[in-house]
Amino acid sequence: MNNVFVYCEVTEERGIADVSLELLSKGRRLADTLGRQLEAIVIGHNVPDLEKTLYPYGVDMIHYADDARLFPFTTLPHTSIVVNLAKELQPEILLFGATTIGRDMAPRVASNLLCGLTADCTSLEIGDHEEAKTGTVYKNLLYQIRPAFGGNIIATIVNPKTRPQMATVREGVMKKEIYKADYKGSLRKLDVNKYVDPADFACQIIDRAIEAQKVNIKGAQIIVAGGYGVGSRENFKLLYELAELLGGEVGATRAAVDGGFIEHERQIGQTGVTVRPKLYIACGISGSVQHRAGMDQSGKIISINTDPHAPMNAIADYVIKGSLLDVLPKMIKYYKENSK
Amino acid sequence: MSFRIVVLAKQVPDTRNVGKDAMKEDGTINRAALPAIYNPEDLNALEMAIQMKEKIEGAEIIVLTMGPGRAAEVVRESMYRGADGGFVVSDMKFAGADTLATSYTLSMALRKLAPFDVVLCGRQAIDGDTAQVGPQTAEKLALPQVTYAESLVSVDAKSVTIRRRLERGVETMKAPLPCLITVGSSAKECRPRHAVRVMTYKYAATPSEMAASTDERRKAKVAADKRLQIGEWTANDLAAEPERLGLAGSPTKVKKIDNVVLVHKEAKSMDTSDKSINELMQELLASHIIG
Repeated sequence: MNNVFVYCEVTEERGIADVSLELLSKGRRLADTLGRQLEAIVIGHNVPDLEKTLYPYGVDMIHYADDARLFPFTTLPHTSIVVNLAKELQPEILLFGATTIGRDMAPRVASNLLCGLTADCTSLEIGDHEEAKTGTVYKNLLYQIRPAFGGNIIATIVNPKTRPQMATVREGVMKKEIYKADYKGSLRKLDVNKYVDPADFACQIIDRAIEAQKVNIKGAQIIVAGGYGVGSRENFKLLYELAELLGGEVGATRAAVDGGFIEHERQIGQTGVTVRPKLYIACGISGSVQHRAGMDQSGKIISINTDPHAPMNAIADYVIKGSLLDVLPKMIKYYKENSK
Repeated sequence: MSFRIVVLAKQVPDTRNVGKDAMKEDGTINRAALPAIYNPEDLNALEMAIQMKEKIEGAEIIVLTMGPGRAAEVVRESMYRGADGGFVVSDMKFAGADTLATSYTLSMALRKLAPFDVVLCGRQAIDGDTAQVGPQTAEKLALPQVTYAESLVSVDAKSVTIRRRLERGVETMKAPLPCLITVGSSAKECRPRHAVRVMTYKYAATPSEMAASTDERRKAKVAADKRLQIGEWTANDLAAEPERLGLAGSPTKVKKIDNVVLVHKEAKSMDTSDKSINELMQELLASHIIG
């Protein structure tokens, strides 16, 4: 009872989605802080190596609903299973990926359980909360921290009274980390018909065309990113050259994508992906709030910009005042000559 | 045959165009500096509603908005583009509502509009970006839902088929009616205002607006033409439980608000000379950040 739960998404390839593994990693820490257990909910069909995949993240219990009708995802049966499990097991915290699946079903679960839900959290912490009016102190609440108002403010949200405390988190925001390679939990197979109503299968998927993910900037350790200041698709080739040399990926701002310099799937920021590489080389990026929200957790940031007052410079570790067209070839040249 | 389409629309501050004067000196948001606009994805939803109306004879579009009295503007804007009527749900008791309290309020208003066949709304509003109110409302009314809708494939009296845009592809889903559909920004943009409709519906008003108006000609027009009468509902009209409304009905509480202020780290500034760049690369290699 009162444990930390993570809804684990089953991917197209019948694996567990990265975002879910990231949430399990975070969930394990939250559970340790609270002195509780970590439980995973998996709903799908024929998911191989489930135990082998999940236990190393510190999962104490897997609740597994396996039924051919449960894959691909549809809203109502998945919602019913999670709602009924929550009623039965009274989670303290319940987390979902902020994906098209998580953002589709988590609100329904919250609406049914009459619970608070915070979307797109960028950070989750445990802390106390004192209600200003009454002076009542609530111990060990989940702080749900998220940007709001178009990224202009950061809000910390709490649910003092309702349980579970629910939140969604985007892919790439939390770090995926193995807890103990030999950690052992247990598996509980659910009797699906006890949790879903036949009427839940009213919606029918007629056709699906899902592509394998092509670009993986989220997992890249080094990102060379360009903004509108790069100026052209042609100039972006320099970024690709450096990225390839360093074993990294190329990212971009929304302005560069809108300018037609680069494809949308490389967009970083609030409306793109969130990244946390070891090294982020920002080329001609002024650094809007929306863009920084997607990369400010990077280990080291180099900002190359002709404008010394670019907001990006304020969060950079190294600021190079000048044109990327001068700087990148020099970096490429030095690296080619000096790396082993 | 009657076929009722309800569009949930919201008036929002335009957070996409946050200019310099949008933040006050003390770092709080100057809402007055942000223009109130029709939530962009709700316009995509309105367009899909109009497309449905074109496919089904006798269909009508009712717009429902929750907000202060001035949100009637959203209903009028919808009428200019193709809606047949609308309601403003407005009450001080709704203030401070989070998505749960909002969806409860909207679900109670929808119960008053029943029987309806389809409820359409934008995927999310730009002032909150939560994408929660649509699904939460559907759950309260036990309706199936189709989220992230991109285009309408077909609709008839019993079902709707929708193409959805997911992270890595598309999915076509058939749902029984009544159901709720949330429409994303990749869907077709809303058609512009129709000049003849603007001439007719510019007079449309809520009872509150009528009471505050001194324009006798407009008052007479609205009184004589039912189409120009925008409905207005308060908490009492909805028979809503007071403890489920507004701040009282909102389980999420804002503990703290931080304005986004750049944390200035000790940055190393350098020029573009060979020497500077080489030193930087050497440092990155030495610290194993690259290499």
